[in-house]
Amino acid sequence: MGLQVLFFYLFAFIAVASAFMVIAAKNPVYSVLFLILTFFNAAGLFLLTGAEFLAMILLVVYVGAVAVLFLFVVMMLDIDFAELRAGVLEYAPVGALIGLILAAELIIVVGGSTFSPEIAKGISMPIPAVTERTNTAALGDVLYTHYIYFFQIAGLVLLVAMIGAIVLTLRHRENIKRQSIPRQVARSPETAVEVVTVKPGQGL
Amino acid sequence: MEIGISHYLTVSAILFTLGVFGIFINRKNVIIILMSVELILLAVNINMVAFSAFLNDITGQVFALFILTVAAAEAAIGLAILVVFYRNRGSIAVEDVNMMKG
Repeated sequence: MGLQVLFFYLFAFIAVASAFMVIAAKNPVYSVLFLILTFFNAAGLFLLTGAEFLAMILLVVYVGAVAVLFLFVVMMLDIDFAELRAGVLEYAPVGALIGLILAAELIIVVGGSTFSPEIAKGISMPIPAVTERTNTAALGDVLYTHYIYFFQIAGLVLLVAMIGAIVLTLRHRENIKRQSIPRQVARSPETAVEVVTVKPGQGL
Repeated sequence: MEIGISHYLTVSAILFTLGVFGIFINRKNVIIILMSVELILLAVNINMVAFSAFLNDITGQVFALFILTVAAAEAAIGLAILVVFYRNRGSIAVEDVNMMKG
């Protein structure tokens, strides 16, 4: 049991510290890298609760896709980030005050709460024992039966996001020479070759 | 000492607050604001998974999966809009977003 406690505090502490560095780092590239570290430690927390599939998906989706996307955009845009950070300390006191109040409220609310014993009656999809069904299989059992419509709509959301991102960033630039395969194929010797008789000593 | 649900909820509350705080102090940089939104969504996911584990109900994990989907879509669309905005305006500062004179 001691090992679980140790790892919980390790993951939680690194996650919170790197989350703070995400918003405090001067260079946005460091922010993205600290975001990746936060996600790794959150995946560790998920593993401790037994949500193994979600932990791996968090790594694949966030670290593999979202964070790399952020990294691409940060490096693609040519921006003076130091200038953007100019007014940070101006807002820091009021931000810290509101943040402290919010955190205190949330921690006071969740800190001492316990479950009522009657809540066990309301469980709709109990998690099967790990010895019978792995976490991934148990999740699939529920996801592809009871939540099949939700699952399909999630796929639709991703499709719309993909098409939207492509449509937004696609631009057709004029005055650029492009290869036109139909025009190349449609050429014939009659239109492509010109026979010129050159007289001696004159040139073209 | 046992790790209970309140430990997880506290971690998630701190992450959520850091996300809100990040939006407050980085009011000019849209990229950091988007990252703060990702932190907030991560905090919500930790809440979902913690409740799922401690209530022994797998529905929470299903919904955490859907939140993950929506977060990925939101990041993709948000960054695409950011790139288009940068192309038109040459800046990503929030105070420059006034082309519609709203």
